[in-house]
Amino acid sequence: MSRISSSFTKLKTEGRKALIPYVTAGDPAPGVTVGLLHAMVEAGADVIELGVPFSDPMADGPVIQLACERALMHNTRLTDVLEMVAEFRQKDDVTPIVLMGYLNPIEILGYERFAQEAQKAGVDGVLTVDLPPEESQEFNQIMREHDIDTIYLLAPTTEESRVKYVCENGSGYLYYVSVKGVTGSASLDVQSVANKLEVVRKYTDLPLGVGFGIKDAESATSVSKVAEGVIVGSVLVNKIAELVKDQDNIAPEVAAIINDMRTAMDS
Amino acid sequence: MPTNIDLKALSQLPDSNGHFGPYGGRFVSETLMAALKQLEETYEKLWRDPAFQEEFDRDLAHYVGRPSPLYFAKHLTEKVGGAKIFLKREDLNHTGAHKVNNTIGQALLAKYTGKPRVIAETGAGQHGVASATVAARLGLECQVYMGAEDVQRQALNVYRMKLLGAEVISVESGTRTLKDAMNEAMRDWVTNVDNTFYIIGTAAGPHPYPKLVRDFQCVIGREARQQCLDQTGRLPDALVACVGGGSNAIGLFHPFIEDADVKMYGVEAGGYGVETGQHAAPLSAGSPGVLHGNRTYLMSDEGGQILGTHSVSAGLDYPGVGPEHAYLKDTGRATYVDATDEEAMDAFRALTRVEGIMPAIESSHAVAYAMKLAKEMDKDQTIVVNLSGRGDKDIHTVAQIDGINI
Repeated sequence: MSRISSSFTKLKTEGRKALIPYVTAGDPAPGVTVGLLHAMVEAGADVIELGVPFSDPMADGPVIQLACERALMHNTRLTDVLEMVAEFRQKDDVTPIVLMGYLNPIEILGYERFAQEAQKAGVDGVLTVDLPPEESQEFNQIMREHDIDTIYLLAPTTEESRVKYVCENGSGYLYYVSVKGVTGSASLDVQSVANKLEVVRKYTDLPLGVGFGIKDAESATSVSKVAEGVIVGSVLVNKIAELVKDQDNIAPEVAAIINDMRTAMDS
Repeated sequence: MPTNIDLKALSQLPDSNGHFGPYGGRFVSETLMAALKQLEETYEKLWRDPAFQEEFDRDLAHYVGRPSPLYFAKHLTEKVGGAKIFLKREDLNHTGAHKVNNTIGQALLAKYTGKPRVIAETGAGQHGVASATVAARLGLECQVYMGAEDVQRQALNVYRMKLLGAEVISVESGTRTLKDAMNEAMRDWVTNVDNTFYIIGTAAGPHPYPKLVRDFQCVIGREARQQCLDQTGRLPDALVACVGGGSNAIGLFHPFIEDADVKMYGVEAGGYGVETGQHAAPLSAGSPGVLHGNRTYLMSDEGGQILGTHSVSAGLDYPGVGPEHAYLKDTGRATYVDATDEEAMDAFRALTRVEGIMPAIESSHAVAYAMKLAKEMDKDQTIVVNLSGRGDKDIHTVAQIDGINI
């Protein structure tokens, strides 16, 4: 069983929900990332979404765009991100890591080479924001051959007729984008999320994660009542941005936010 | 040109998924998929609707001022010595460039779909002006995203847009040019997708944009084809157009794709010279990748990050290109070359002085290559150059190069 499915299975047995933090690899400096990942796991993260920096993150808001710019100042490439994952795996062979980013860095490296190296590094899944299932048949097949899950987005605008198609192409879990907008934008409406997830569940048994608009322990808790996973990104990346000049405090302060959410979600 | 390609099949692309061979497609985040599908359906229906066609043609005739002339540039031809150079005068269109052909079409789509608000990205500001113009006419709210560097370079067009009632949003992220404006417009669209129509300014982006922008711009090539037949009794030997995203070029080229003897040359911005890396010539010096919703030739580094570009012309300062050009290049049906900043400026001055026509700096790239090409051709051959825009907007840039403060 893959790390992703065993994590969700274990959580289900325990009656808990997954807390899935996102950070951009190499933000604000390459040396920070691996320690930060371990600290997040210790604070209660179940799955990690690790952002691959991209120069033109069209689906992201200013917070994550700036994170990409900080990471790219040190020229953090996809291959560097894979090295970070390999280093993380030396001490943690349990927590799933999903790479989240845009297609071009993968396209330039080549699908096959990416899949081989990602598998070797210990990557469990990949979420490519600008690669909908319509364009990803070859990509999916190659990822499957290397035991890498392909995680797809569902949005408030995804019509029911399409939900089925997206679900059929996804593996690991599905990521529901709770609001129309970019990352870090408006707050979500839990009831409308719950309604949409009910539609999605007609077509899949995969765990459903919800992201965009989760800002604090309270919103994390309310989302955890309706979904299997709570994805939180911009609020953590904002904290990192505040601490660019105080990098030693990044891991503990980000961990503190996660810990708050974890405690609230589990109580 | 390879003889084994099926030109008829080539001219009928894209396929139903928006692919031109391996290029094109729809690489966007899930939130936009429904809107693109809806746009595709609306477009396919309206494009075949005689009432829509009639309204589009009427606007092109009486609002834009079409057909635009095909002008024999006798003096330029004599100066160069070689093939006869004809200019397709898109610079004479209302608002001063070919861009308006497309914005008229897309604004009609916005009107038919009932969206009260339009957004656009712009580089040189021509597409922004053309969008603001049609929005003013149809009473639509209009916001235009423009890179902060371009806002400075093209102050005149910024003010024109404001006069037309549009809001210009200066984009400070990334390289502060056209690609960043496009990122920001996409972000706006993803957020306001219910009430907003995104008027993309070039034949690039996710399907169906490359197709519909091309279809709206094909009026250029259809007219030029007929005008050339009327004036010279035969088809031209070569077509030349500048290529940034490539909408004026594809508009000229597409109606000639099946005419195997008509050579096509797309001229990219060579900047300080392609060998310096400081240019905007992805077809000449880039490689295939994915950006802004389509697979196409891009300028990106070995890690897949999009590279900054340089061109004296804001309208060509873009690291990608429309996917149909990418496929025309691979199939060999069209040839892509470049003209440097300096060559473009020389052509700007030459055309201004011998014909009294001041071209946009973008279009000057096409003129520059046409002058080179004409020299190598016989006197009885003809070249049609797409003079895609007029140079009024560039006077400040030219003056600056001359060291003059206006």
